Amino acid sequence: MITVIDYGMGNLHSVSKAVERLGSDVTVTSDPEQILSSAGAILPGVGAFGDAMRNLTETGLKDTVLQYARSGKPMLGICLGMQLLFSESEEYGHHQGLNLLPGKVVKFQGDYKIPHMGWNRLQFRQQSPILDGLEEGYVYFVHSFHVQVESDSHLIATTDYHQPVTAVVGHQNLYGMQFHPEKSGELGMQLLRNFLEMAKTEPVQA
Amino acid sequence: MLTKRIIPCLDVKDGRVVKGVNFVNLRDAGDPVELASIYDREGADELVFLDISASYEGRATMVEVVKQTAGEISIPFTVGGGISQVEDMTRILRAGADKVGINTAAVNNPQLISDGARRFGSQCIVVAVDAKYNEDWQEWEVYTHGGRNATGIRALEWIKRAESLGAGEILLTSMDADGTKDGFDIALTRAVSSEVTIPVIASGGAGTKEHFHDVFTEGKADAGLAATIFHYKELTIEDVKQHLRERGVEMR
Repeated sequence: MITVIDYGMGNLHSVSKAVERLGSDVTVTSDPEQILSSAGAILPGVGAFGDAMRNLTETGLKDTVLQYARSGKPMLGICLGMQLLFSESEEYGHHQGLNLLPGKVVKFQGDYKIPHMGWNRLQFRQQSPILDGLEEGYVYFVHSFHVQVESDSHLIATTDYHQPVTAVVGHQNLYGMQFHPEKSGELGMQLLRNFLEMAKTEPVQA
Repeated sequence: MLTKRIIPCLDVKDGRVVKGVNFVNLRDAGDPVELASIYDREGADELVFLDISASYEGRATMVEVVKQTAGEISIPFTVGGGISQVEDMTRILRAGADKVGINTAAVNNPQLISDGARRFGSQCIVVAVDAKYNEDWQEWEVYTHGGRNATGIRALEWIKRAESLGAGEILLTSMDADGTKDGFDIALTRAVSSEVTIPVIASGGAGTKEHFHDVFTEGKADAGLAATIFHYKELTIEDVKQHLRERGVEMR
């Protein structure tokens, strides 16, 4: 069973539908026990960083997510869900993140269109099970803030939008995608499929 | 680099696609879900559904269409038509649409843009604008109610205001070009795209592959939308994309 963590943010329907189409059982839930007992968890998110952290804290799901991250079972943050994995964000003020990965969420700044919206090409930076069997291609982004990783060892893929932009991150059992794999055609579905494959194997020992 | 987007638009009435659709191997030419899947497979970068139902029942049917479509396709889609309050947005977005398009309701009540953006994020709010050149003003005027009512509002001013209220994208239809197949309205598109920093989808007038090239290069559009030429297979999405790639425009 895969769980999509429902903490009151984001488009949960399309993520869960995509997982279902790939043949995995999936539940959208805010029940900590159900989340903790699932083989893989997805942290979605559309909206503002501060609101999301507040919702996670108020619902008590922050602890659940932190506990899940330590379980060694695969967890995937999507879009804002990926940004939340990092230490801090400067989106409308200053906010602490889940601090599972070191790095900072900053605003795009420059004389170009913001949000970064549309299809952009992934460039793979290192090997990772999340990229197994895949070739570089296009995925769908919508975001005005992006992640500056502290350690390049966490950077699995980037895209180019007036600068290199963090697109896929990973560390042990934790993964994050800035774009929407569930809206990114065949390549997006393959990335999700690789994540679901990990959920079928034994937990990574942290 | 960010690619330019090609977006087919489907007009839906009471849960059925209207306007001619001329695909072969269709089980049912009026089924929006089936057509959406076909366009997804053919390489569309996004889809727009325009709900032209006039009744409450028709609108309710649209929610079902959105749910089914969200389960079938893996590209983003926008739903416009009949969205006049935040509750309508909630219903459509919950059903699985990625964005909502608002037009007349936004002109009547601009706060709808900011309310929607605050609730769902700017990226969800597409402000659709029907514009027509006004000879007296020597610039474009906003029309509402499907192009029937002139508003006396200058299009460029309105679009800048929509952006400042939190619109995430502009779906810009030229009423002068719409239906002509003579090409997109380059002057209008360029004027709007230069005024705002959010993406602009150009609509109305597409007839050839070259028209897409023109609107992306000279018109500075971020996306090009068309209905008839795709529905009647006068052009396939791949034809257009291949042509644009050859001309050096980045495509998915």
